[in-house]
Amino acid sequence: MTKINAGSVRFDGVVKRFGDVTALKRLDLDIAAGELVTLLGPSGCGKTTTLRLIAGLETASDGRIEIGGEDVTHLTATSRKVSMVFQSYALFPHMSVAQNVAYGLTVGGMRKTEAAQKAEHGLEMVGLAGYGERLPSELSGGQQQRVAVARAIVLEPEVLLLDEPLSNLDAKLRRHVREEIRQIQQRLGLTAVYVTHDQEEAMAVSDRIIVMRNAEIAQAGSPKELYDCPNSAFIADFIGDANLVPVEIDRVDDGQCHFTIGNRRYSTTNALIQAGPAQAVLRPQSINLDNPQMDGLPGEVTAAAYLGREIQYTVETSAGPLFVIAEANARAHKRGDAVSVNIANEAVRLVAN
Amino acid sequence: MRQTIALWLLAGLAGCTLLPWYMTSGGFWSFEWVGDGTPDSALTQIVQVGRWWLIAPILAMLTVAIVQFGVVEPVRRAKLSLWIASAGLVLTALQGLVIVRAGPRLFEGLFGGEVAAAGQPGFGIGAGVALISLLFIATISLSQTGRGRGDAFVVSMIGLIVALVAVFVFYPVAHILIRAFEIPGGYSLTQFFPRFFDSGLWGLDCLFGGQSCGTAINSLFLALMTAAGTTILGLAFALIFTRTDFRAKKLLRVLTVIPIITPPFVIGLALILLFGRSGTVTEIAAELFGTEKTRWLYGFWGVYFAQLLSFTPIAFLVLIGVVQGVSPSMEEASQTLSADRWQTFRRVSLPLMRPGLANAFLLGFIESLADFGNPLVLGGGYNVLSTDIYFAIVGSAADPAKAAILAIALLSLTLSAFLAQRWWVGRKSYATITGKADSGQNAGLSPVVKAICYWIALPWAALTAVVYSMIIFGSFVKLWGYDHSFTFDHYTRAFGIDFTSGRLTGVAWDSYFTTLTISSIAAPLTALVGLATAYLLVRQKFVGKDAFEFSTMLSFAIPGTVIGVSYIMAFNFPPIELTGTSIILIVVFVFRNMPVGVRGGIAAMSQLDSSLDEASVTLGANSFTTVRRVILPLMGPALFAAITYSFVRAITSVSAVIFLVSAKHNMATSFIVGRVENGEFGIAIAYSAVLIVTMLTAILLLQLIIGTRRLRRTDRVQTAARA
Repeated sequence: MTKINAGSVRFDGVVKRFGDVTALKRLDLDIAAGELVTLLGPSGCGKTTTLRLIAGLETASDGRIEIGGEDVTHLTATSRKVSMVFQSYALFPHMSVAQNVAYGLTVGGMRKTEAAQKAEHGLEMVGLAGYGERLPSELSGGQQQRVAVARAIVLEPEVLLLDEPLSNLDAKLRRHVREEIRQIQQRLGLTAVYVTHDQEEAMAVSDRIIVMRNAEIAQAGSPKELYDCPNSAFIADFIGDANLVPVEIDRVDDGQCHFTIGNRRYSTTNALIQAGPAQAVLRPQSINLDNPQMDGLPGEVTAAAYLGREIQYTVETSAGPLFVIAEANARAHKRGDAVSVNIANEAVRLVAN
Repeated sequence: MRQTIALWLLAGLAGCTLLPWYMTSGGFWSFEWVGDGTPDSALTQIVQVGRWWLIAPILAMLTVAIVQFGVVEPVRRAKLSLWIASAGLVLTALQGLVIVRAGPRLFEGLFGGEVAAAGQPGFGIGAGVALISLLFIATISLSQTGRGRGDAFVVSMIGLIVALVAVFVFYPVAHILIRAFEIPGGYSLTQFFPRFFDSGLWGLDCLFGGQSCGTAINSLFLALMTAAGTTILGLAFALIFTRTDFRAKKLLRVLTVIPIITPPFVIGLALILLFGRSGTVTEIAAELFGTEKTRWLYGFWGVYFAQLLSFTPIAFLVLIGVVQGVSPSMEEASQTLSADRWQTFRRVSLPLMRPGLANAFLLGFIESLADFGNPLVLGGGYNVLSTDIYFAIVGSAADPAKAAILAIALLSLTLSAFLAQRWWVGRKSYATITGKADSGQNAGLSPVVKAICYWIALPWAALTAVVYSMIIFGSFVKLWGYDHSFTFDHYTRAFGIDFTSGRLTGVAWDSYFTTLTISSIAAPLTALVGLATAYLLVRQKFVGKDAFEFSTMLSFAIPGTVIGVSYIMAFNFPPIELTGTSIILIVVFVFRNMPVGVRGGIAAMSQLDSSLDEASVTLGANSFTTVRRVILPLMGPALFAAITYSFVRAITSVSAVIFLVSAKHNMATSFIVGRVENGEFGIAIAYSAVLIVTMLTAILLLQLIIGTRRLRRTDRVQTAARA
């Protein structure tokens, strides 16, 4: 299959209300053609609503939606060139796999033989050539998921929507299928919008992640940007693990913020923060535990869990309890051990309270 | 979408110019109207007769046509078309209601002129086509303004169902209201209240040693007693069925099917054979104990007895679900907190069932109020509303206004119960079944409760069995109570066939075939309307959905007798003249049984994951294609079930039908009523037995079809959804 005529997606002040509940507050969104964007967030944050608005399964209460530069705000789902992969796969149980994949083509008016040919090609692409005659119930979960993907992409949609496509698969299969989806998306140059609540999944597949919270966007950016430069305590906590330590910024000069954790002075760049209380983000991997004699923040190990590759500690310090991940081959500490906690200046990020 | 509107415009204009606007004497299918050259279309009526008011639909459609081609901006075009088509619709309907030949003439002064004063006949095929075209033009335009997610199919379906319910449920009921204010020579508001609160209706004399209470009080008392009785009996059965190791559970299950296939008089007749003056039990008791043979059965106790027998299975069916709905882990939790089985039942299970019990009670209450067959056969001097309505219409002193008042009294009772059920019970549901798997076992019954249940339920089950076996015996006995010799006479009189000439000589054949024909036409229509409504309710979101659901469910709360009366009051006159036709019978079945179809459809639809139709829609199919290629194939079993159930209900229905049958279209149940009134119990019972066999055959056939289909289809739905 050649490259698809991928479309961009634009939301301009889109609002969605269900009765008294506001599911989306004035959302502005720009997704470039050929990009895979993930909508990530806790349940009820509005990510699925956003996806369904793109699909046309919900109508916006206000604002404007464009797909491929065209205003589609009032178009029905039927007439939008968008296809969707559902969490439950939504394969039609009374049709064979081939009929499922060809469904969108035949209802679009394509001749049966041509549709069957295209469907076979689509199945080939997801590695299911020869499975056409089976019923969906005769396939495994992973295979059903791939049929659902094939059914969506044979229509050569301007935008492919995926609604938590992996949540019904077991952990090992999940990784495999998500790599496959990413591969197909890149090979065909599809615009894809991917909804998930699993941050690891989002980090792994996305060009860009849009984190949503309370019906609005909390932060958008590449996975690395979100991890390295969270703009809020929520993002810091949601993307990867983080210790949030309350600090008092006593001086700001040239965008450099100065503050103290325990007995040590730190300074970091963050143009958005002013003097006063803030929170320091400490990634658990970037905290080192040393012998108590060393010069650092004194603490006591209150929990230690051995996980093979790594050891997870909880350390009680004067700055509060800290979650620390150490490599397993480093020197192990036991519960009750006194330790010295060492945090490098470069590893500290600041977020507003 | 402009083409679709253009098509409907063409259809509508054809309806106004080519088809006869009014009812034709020979009916549409006789095509007599083709032969005489000038079809009496709306156009010729305007030009030749001077019925100028028929211009409304034509004008509306022509204006819509101009708007369609003249206005460029789509939303503006849609809005204009919507307003014009709606105005045309309203005006066309209004002229039909106002300029009438007979019946209630509320606004006759509005139109002057001789032509208008002479009135006009009822709507015919042309008017029908024109009205439907206008309706669809309006709904399609509405969808183009962006309502209903712009889905013309869905909006049109909503429009059609709303229109049908309005015409065939609300319009007739409104007629009752109007008639209730009728006094000789006009209408009066002040006369209504004294008549409504008459002591004949609401009198409480019987409490103070007087002769008898008012009819409404009688009905109310009976309904309360029956509701209490059936709830207790039903609970006992449900507890035995779900919480004991009782051996013959399968037999109990049969109990739940029985009421569905029981023609309405059967229980009354069987009770007469057992406990009537010359009934078996009465005879034996007289012989053994020398008790006096009395007619105690004809009155309150007889009706009460019959209603308990009739409606206990319904309570049983409802309460099985309720008892099973109490989560085992709740009871296990109670037991681990060191409550014994009696305490668990008393303090945990029973309170959890309370809303369910209230539901069963209200159902029994409504059923008892609406019941017509039992009071008719056994009522004697105990007057209740449903039968009094009947006698006010067909009796020697026919008094439609009185019937209307009685109907309103009955309607207000059932509606209050219906509203109570929806708003009070509906909100206080303690359903403890969630999506989570809930293992564990329900607590067994404590010995005392178990004993009580057995003592209540088992004798009752035995009695039910005896009553039903009487139907079989009774039909083969020459003259019950006097001549017990075996005979086929009743069957040959009813269903005799002269094999030499091949003629059907039995007296029942006519009504039997009419019943089967009309039921088999009505059944698929009922299922269709029901499932379409269910689809809209479960899968579509639209403004006023709650009101929509409420109005489709409302006909459940309208007793059959009230429906029957309202239909003859509304459809005996233009604009919609249907009495005496088979259409009115079909229509009454469709709209009476519609709630059943809707409930069944909702249940089936909820089991289909909504992502299936969303997937279809995002793949480019419109909602019509989605319904046709995805939903209907998957709903197969539910569709069949709805069809069979409506078929059976149509056969056993009597209360509404009895007002609407005509010499040409007589139904089985009203034929049986005639036999009962003549005292020909033998034929009546034999006919009932034949009906039961007919319905059992239909149900078994269905089971066969669904049974094999379920293995293939529903399993797949589940695996696909779960995997």
